[in-house]
Amino acid sequence: MRTPVVVIGAGQAGLAMSRHLTARAIDHVVLERGEVANSWRTERWDSLRLLTPNWMSRLPGHHYSGPDPDGFMTKDETVGFIEGFGRSFDAPVRSHVRVERVSARSPGFDVVTDRGTWSCDVVVAATGASSEPKLPPVAAEIPSRVRQLTALRYKNPGQIGQGEVLVVGASASGTQIADELRRNGRSVTIAVGDHVRLPRMYRGRDIYWWLDTVGRLDERYDEIDDLNRARRLPSLQLVGTPEHRSLDLNSLAASGVRTVGKLMRIAGAKAQFSGALANLVANADLKQNRLLNLIDEFVLERGLGAGISEPTRPAPTILGEIPTEIDIARFETIIWATGHRPSFSWLDPSLLDHRGRISHDGGVCATPGLYLLGLPFLRRRKSSLIDGADGDAADLVGHLHAHLDQRCRV
Amino acid sequence: MTTTDISPVDNGVNVEALLGARQHLTDAPEAAQFKWRASCEWINGTHNRSSISGFAGLGEEHTHRQTYTIDSDHPEIFASEDNGPTPPEMVLAALASCLTGGIATVATHRGVKLNSVTATLEAGMDLQGILGIDSDVRNGFDGIKVTYDIDADASKADIEAIVAQSQKRSAVFDVVANPTTIQVEVV
Ligand SMILES: Cc1cc2nc3c(=O)[nH]c(=O)nc-3n(C[C@H](O)[C@H](O)[C@H](O)COP(=O)(O)OP(=O)(O)OC[C@H]3O[C@@H](n4cnc5c(N)ncnc54)[C@H](O)[C@@H]3O)c2cc1C
Repeated sequence: MRTPVVVIGAGQAGLAMSRHLTARAIDHVVLERGEVANSWRTERWDSLRLLTPNWMSRLPGHHYSGPDPDGFMTKDETVGFIEGFGRSFDAPVRSHVRVERVSARSPGFDVVTDRGTWSCDVVVAATGASSEPKLPPVAAEIPSRVRQLTALRYKNPGQIGQGEVLVVGASASGTQIADELRRNGRSVTIAVGDHVRLPRMYRGRDIYWWLDTVGRLDERYDEIDDLNRARRLPSLQLVGTPEHRSLDLNSLAASGVRTVGKLMRIAGAKAQFSGALANLVANADLKQNRLLNLIDEFVLERGLGAGISEPTRPAPTILGEIPTEIDIARFETIIWATGHRPSFSWLDPSLLDHRGRISHDGGVCATPGLYLLGLPFLRRRKSSLIDGADGDAADLVGHLHAHLDQRCRV
Repeated sequence: MTTTDISPVDNGVNVEALLGARQHLTDAPEAAQFKWRASCEWINGTHNRSSISGFAGLGEEHTHRQTYTIDSDHPEIFASEDNGPTPPEMVLAALASCLTGGIATVATHRGVKLNSVTATLEAGMDLQGILGIDSDVRNGFDGIKVTYDIDADASKADIEAIVAQSQKRSAVFDVVANPTTIQVEVV
């Protein structure tokens, strides 16, 4: 089979690219191992709501148009929203086609799938930033008696026994799962590493409204100081709920979740946790307040007074007595919420660098005709969010189009 | 926060050299592999003397300008002669030195002039641990409190951020806060 462009993955990123290709009348297919929005269908817990407000579900030509722009979509509503996007321009998706190998031919690429091979001039990899759990080395030391689960496999409290649970990681997934398990009567300990704390609402507006308004989310990859650091930044400690409540270590502690430092290793019968928690927490509070200061300055400069309430600061994070050792035998279950990474296992190793990673410049790979989408801070701070798909796809489709034109002329 | 590439302040830290080293070690990770060493000789009773002279890094062996020695002992209330600080006190000193050096570096990098920096450290210890009276009590500190008094040309929040960053990048802070595998052999 031949087509100029193969897009791999029918999440919002692959579909946004498909939409821009369609607009330019560039022939292509979107290969998807499952169905449209597969990650939202299969790799999210049941109660999940987006942590970005509905108005931020903006894809090219397809925006949230329901009655509650400030609300947060459920997982199923998100699936519906992305499906609707695909339908809105009749995206050429081939479902249940798994890409097993992409290798470079000269010219172009061979895309080997479980339903045959496609040859093409351009490959756009939009296979997601969260394909695999990123586990710390200590995961290998956990005794086999303890049941282990990753956030990608967690569905609901019914899956989890009645015994004590250790949630490792305190970014969006870890704090949300710890909170849900605690509300469902479990004894929960959360091991806290680096995290980014922000209040849900600030001065009467959603924090994402501020991040969007001050231009934070649009910051570009070629404009910021330390791109590697920005790309590794964990997700924001936030939850989307109808009450618009904040979720942080203070609220978890108030509901009875025990906080400990980063899980470092298992020594004999003991799980050992880092003693550096106080500094991580102080850092998170400082960075939060720095961002809120920046918002306040923005309000002053722009004279945004009307409808904006007075500045306040969330209470500093209070840590009680923090143990650095706990008997590992106490835990029946460990849930790893230590982040994710993309998987390029299907990409021919010759297209990877010496560390097994793809080097790219804002999604444009060193191999001509190979593009990436949907990775953290690919081109903008919001690149991995639903709201980031349009801008990045629009940027890359221009480059891609020029590449195709050049190929035709050769 | 003030972040500048070419730092206008002088705290006696050569930030350009450090940034150069960072770039160099990013490109040549083998050179980043260091070995720190110390030796220790028993003198009498609890009195002993540690010597520090050589270390390895940047692909070769190095020696300090001179061999440094530190005597350690226990105080008189333990029926010792108090010829030097106790080892736990040396740990506190090592932590303070590491954090303070870090503060000077981070401050300079951020363009903050330091006028004075004083750290005061205190660590609790229940001797029932090391004396084997109660096996539930650990030998080590039950916690370490570090208090910084800093006079610098910056806001309180900026100073706090410098102190926080120094902890984040401190070797001894990590050594003390996090478990490390220790292998002791007899030859
Ligand atoms: C728990 C969680 C919560 C999130 N919450 C939000 C939020 O509130 N708001 C927000 O904007 N963003 C959120 N995100 C981030 C982001 O929007 C999602 O990760 C989103 O799924 C990314 O979309 P994508 O199109 O880049 O990748 P995905 O949705 O992961 O799509 C990739 C697609 O590629 C397919 N695929 C992978 N490998 C192959 C292969 N070899 N062959 C064929 N097909 C393949 C997959 O089946 C999948 O459908 C969240 C992410 C996570 C993990």
